[in-house]
Amino acid sequence: MTMVQQMITIAICVLGTMATRFLPFMIFSGKRETPKYIQYLGKALPSAIFGMLVVYCLKNVSISSGAHGIPEGIAILVTVSLHMWKRQMLLSIAGGTVCYMLLVQLVF
Amino acid sequence: MNAQGMRRKALRAAFPHTIPIFTGFWFLGLAYGIYMNVSGFSFWYPMLMSLTIFGGSLEFLAVSMLLSPFAPVQTLVVTLMIQARHLFYGISMLDKYRGMGWKRFYLIFGMCDESFSINYTAEIPEDVDKGWFMFWVTLLNQFYWVSGSTLGGVLGSLIAFDTEGLDFVMTAMFVVIFLEQWLKEKKHYTALIGMGAAVACRLGFGADSFMVPTMVCILLLLTLGRKPIEKAGGLV
Repeated sequence: MTMVQQMITIAICVLGTMATRFLPFMIFSGKRETPKYIQYLGKALPSAIFGMLVVYCLKNVSISSGAHGIPEGIAILVTVSLHMWKRQMLLSIAGGTVCYMLLVQLVF
Repeated sequence: MNAQGMRRKALRAAFPHTIPIFTGFWFLGLAYGIYMNVSGFSFWYPMLMSLTIFGGSLEFLAVSMLLSPFAPVQTLVVTLMIQARHLFYGISMLDKYRGMGWKRFYLIFGMCDESFSINYTAEIPEDVDKGWFMFWVTLLNQFYWVSGSTLGGVLGSLIAFDTEGLDFVMTAMFVVIFLEQWLKEKKHYTALIGMGAAVACRLGFGADSFMVPTMVCILLLLTLGRKPIEKAGGLV
């Protein structure tokens, strides 16, 4: 690939990304009221998105090979337990991450 | 309070929310910069791409695109498929980003997974300016990502990794955000729909191509289930 082709490739990545980020705001932010269906989606989607993002983070975990997802499972359990106990976001995240690092470096 | 004081106050409120992202983005950003470096690119490639694309998964993938023969259409299709989830973020943020003036443009430009998640869920104190809070969250996150990937690009393979597993910080953060949202709502239909659809599609379509099917499933289920979901009042 030439330098110009590389720059075009990067520009296309930027354009495509920005299209997905700006499109909803361009379509639904005029003076007209946002359609009821879109308002409903705006409220219903976030919980679904967060569920999806958790799975997205774990997409490369394989139950049938490697460590069988055991370190991930334990670390998530620790994260959730810490959070239910103290309800301190940073503590839960740090605790879960340290637990995971110890597990993959020392145990599995 | 003067304008400067207001901005500073918003920064102080925003910063703690971004600490996990600092850890995660520096780790992943360094890894990305190193990956570009050992693939033969100068440090200003990861720097430029992090500044303009600001989307980790696509930037990683773009490395192999840049090493392959020129294929603009394929690049666009792959980009749209990977980034389609931003459409969902936008629909969810229509109200929150309204009336933010010039900041709105940057808020939308920098709406990555992490900035969206924090800006959507953070409980911003009454006396803190919401616009500036969200602006700082977005700017800090992008700063972490750009600095991490640039540094990785400069240092390249000089860095030795003994930080195996540190990337779990992102997973832990999304788990906590999901849990917070779960504890806030009365009914969990939509959370279960999102997670269930993603798991089913991950098993059915594989790790590399399950996101678009997942989003289609979520949209379908939310549309078909609109009456019962609205009736149950399970929405925050």
